[in-house]
Amino acid sequence: MSAEATVSTGVRVRTQRRPVIRIGSLALSLNAIVIFGFLYLPILILILFSFNNTRSVAQFTGFSTEWYTKLFSNEELQAAAGNSLVIALVSTIVSTVIGTMTALALDRFRFRLSGFLEANLYLPIVIPEIVMGIALLLFFNQALFPILESVIGARPTQGVPTVAIAHIAFNIPFVYVIVRARLADFDHRLEEAAQDLGADEWTTFKRVTLPLLMPGILGGGLMAFTLSLDDYLITAFTRGNINTMPTYIYSLVRKGVTPEINALSTVLLGLSMGLVLLSLAAQRKR
Amino acid sequence: MAPITTRIAEGFRRSRNARLFGLLSPGAFWLLVFFTVPLLFMLLISFVEKGRAGGVKVPLQVTAESYLQFFNACSSEFSGPDCNPLLYINIFANSARIALIVTALCLALGYPLAYFISRQSVRSRNILLLLVMIPFWTNFLVRTYALKQVLAESGLFNTFLLDLRLVNQPLELLFNETGVLLGLVYGYLPFAVLPLYASIEKFDFSLMEAAADLGANNRRAFWRIMLPMTLPGVVAALVLVFVPVVGAFVTPDIMSGGKVEMIGTLIARQFGSSRNWPFGSAMSFIMMLLVLVGVVYYLRSGSKEERAL
Repeated sequence: MSAEATVSTGVRVRTQRRPVIRIGSLALSLNAIVIFGFLYLPILILILFSFNNTRSVAQFTGFSTEWYTKLFSNEELQAAAGNSLVIALVSTIVSTVIGTMTALALDRFRFRLSGFLEANLYLPIVIPEIVMGIALLLFFNQALFPILESVIGARPTQGVPTVAIAHIAFNIPFVYVIVRARLADFDHRLEEAAQDLGADEWTTFKRVTLPLLMPGILGGGLMAFTLSLDDYLITAFTRGNINTMPTYIYSLVRKGVTPEINALSTVLLGLSMGLVLLSLAAQRKR
Repeated sequence: MAPITTRIAEGFRRSRNARLFGLLSPGAFWLLVFFTVPLLFMLLISFVEKGRAGGVKVPLQVTAESYLQFFNACSSEFSGPDCNPLLYINIFANSARIALIVTALCLALGYPLAYFISRQSVRSRNILLLLVMIPFWTNFLVRTYALKQVLAESGLFNTFLLDLRLVNQPLELLFNETGVLLGLVYGYLPFAVLPLYASIEKFDFSLMEAAADLGANNRRAFWRIMLPMTLPGVVAALVLVFVPVVGAFVTPDIMSGGKVEMIGTLIARQFGSSRNWPFGSAMSFIMMLLVLVGVVYYLRSGSKEERAL
């Protein structure tokens, strides 16, 4: 509370309100401690027990890296990790390029269908994920594949390509929203200035627009990468019989709690923390 | 004659429409073919007869059977005598109830936390915000699994309570609705905190002092000034938590082991063991409509409040 307020509201208010505020801030700190404890204790415990030397996940009996060595010789896991990585990389690159183009187009041009298109871009973000998973499952198996079969003679099946297609479809809107937000703060006079100084449109784009948009584009790309690596539900409906990291973990988790899952989870946690630090470092440089 | 690429480049330079088309067509194509058309196709499938072993009956037979079944679970000729006609509607209502509880908990815990963070020094604010964001970067399954492990009957939480003699027998925190609620709050709380923080951070706290000067007590100043002015953040948090929770599949499935049925698990089952694709499509469509109507309504009322201020 500032000095002016205390003076103008008088002594009575001051003596009455101070204790209330103190109790309030104590409760706020407690709330914060409890929430962060709730969010982080399970993860810390998970990491701790990945180094346990018995199968117990309640009593820590001794340090061992046994579960990690087991992981690295697991071929199923390696295949799943490989698929996840390929799908994440492909869908990130494609959706970042397409999402950025779409954002640029809708920022610069107004046309009759732009409202419809924008609504269509927000829809995948707003509707529950399972709806999109099912729609794609039906579309691939009951529409696209039968059509392709009659054209090329062989019926394709779901696999890495269908998952990648689905991930690109749900990533485009996220990249679009992030880049579009960046464009909203964009000072278009800079482009005009560049053109006044003799740059043609392509040079202006390459030397002025693109560098200024880069933080948004990278942010969108990183978001797409994380979403793709993380996705279970849409992947589950479009994967056919291949596994990605999430579908593989899911099959393990459904079976029960084991130290192998703890070790695998810890590796994944380490990787995503690495990504976060990398992106923070990149932002700081800028 | 100039090479084809140069001519295309020349065309782009001259024509606004060509540029618009070039920029827009990949995104529009992808969304149309791999999102809009599949959604419409799902709508079509919801109106045809199911195949015997999954899939749909060929040739297609148009029927509203799936929708009838949703509103009256006993409409099928195979339904037994103790069939509950409101079975599916009850599952929808129950999911909405669970989602409302989870959303309320996330707002009640998240608002004070966002407020707390916004009142810290810049340095600790950044650290706390990072702590809120880290779960976004963490695999959702891994997080749910971590919680499940702690809450298990022989897990650390129960061991702790038993050792302290706070309880005589382990609490049942998994394979029931409690587990699902805990799992959902755990999963979606960060989604509530970030938009709340964005709104509260922009709030001008001198307004609270002004309200106090004019005689309002803390509580009144909060309800009449701070909450209405941070309402856009509250609405965003509400939508960001409610929508994924109402259609959740992973959390109820893992935390309850299939014991608590929500819309997501019910729909997913139609494409697994129940093998009724048209019915699953119909329920997906109904859920999507309900969610969209709700979201549009809330966003409208949210932006109206904002305009009124």
